[in-house]
Amino acid sequence: MILLECKNLTKKYGIRTALSHVNLLIEPGHIIGLLGPNGSGKTTLIKLIAGLLAPTEGMAYVEGNPVGLASKSLVSYLPDHTYLNSRMRVQDAIRLFEDFYQDFSSACAHDMLAKLDIDPSFRLKSLSKGAKEKVQLILAMSRQAKLYLLDEPIAGVDPAARDYILRMLISNYREDASILISTHLISDIENILDEVIFLQNGQIRAFTSVDGLRQKDHKSIDSIFREVFKC
Amino acid sequence: MPWNLNSDRPIFLQIIDKIQIDIVSGFYQPGDKLPSVRELAQEASVNPNTMQKALSELERTGLVYSQRTSGRFITEDKDMIYALKEQRAQALAQHFLENMQRLGFQKEEIFRFLSQFLKAQ
Repeated sequence: MILLECKNLTKKYGIRTALSHVNLLIEPGHIIGLLGPNGSGKTTLIKLIAGLLAPTEGMAYVEGNPVGLASKSLVSYLPDHTYLNSRMRVQDAIRLFEDFYQDFSSACAHDMLAKLDIDPSFRLKSLSKGAKEKVQLILAMSRQAKLYLLDEPIAGVDPAARDYILRMLISNYREDASILISTHLISDIENILDEVIFLQNGQIRAFTSVDGLRQKDHKSIDSIFREVFKC
Repeated sequence: MPWNLNSDRPIFLQIIDKIQIDIVSGFYQPGDKLPSVRELAQEASVNPNTMQKALSELERTGLVYSQRTSGRFITEDKDMIYALKEQRAQALAQHFLENMQRLGFQKEEIFRFLSQFLKAQ
């Protein structure tokens, strides 16, 4: 069964091509790293799959549904910036998600908030950058989606909380769902990945298993990335 | 024992190493039940598929066996565990020998050094 299929997916911003003829098949049950230098097309790819951008050419399909109403109920998307009204309280954001998504579990969200020591009665604007990121990640992960698209989920989070978040991602692992994580913090995250996609200039340079790559090159994914994309 | 996974070797090989040592050292006794893939993956902070691969490999070598409904268990074959212990000790001895030779020690000197060192411990 194919969870996500991208066929000839292309996105141009004016004359600049951000993503060029990407073909991709993702099966359920994987945690996949989407890696690439700045401007390589990671966020564009994620936004196309989430349905926030319209492709210039080609199409993405989630469980066979072209990106649209049906696919959006299967996809949980975490943007790389804050998008919630900062005057909202954390608990209001949870209620909002509960209203919008049938597959959202507020019990699950409250449980994770407690573990990360975030008071649900706080307003978002009173939270630190890291805490705000944690709230958004918790919201995204409290859905029972098939495909989780996490755009830079741990960038502003301290190392201890990062460990908790990684464990949280593992404990939420389901055989019928996959997680696509875009990040620059490869060394922090590579142990929880089983596959990686290297994006370069809007094209997929490699899509491979993490241990296969480590076995072949005797190096971490982080070192391989540094070599492949050396400036 | 904590999971000290380093970055330059495939993760599943390091998991196999760690579980082998846990068996040889007696942390897991013959016949003990192993935690589930999910629990082990969470404890080690690794991908569940990678943990699954390591356990399948341990199963293939016979060190671990699975019972369809109740999970995975450590072999009750004590000879097999002892053979593994010797095999690991041999690798360590080989490593030690090579390093000592790199320092310029001859075999007799290494032997003398080691017996003195052990006496002083």
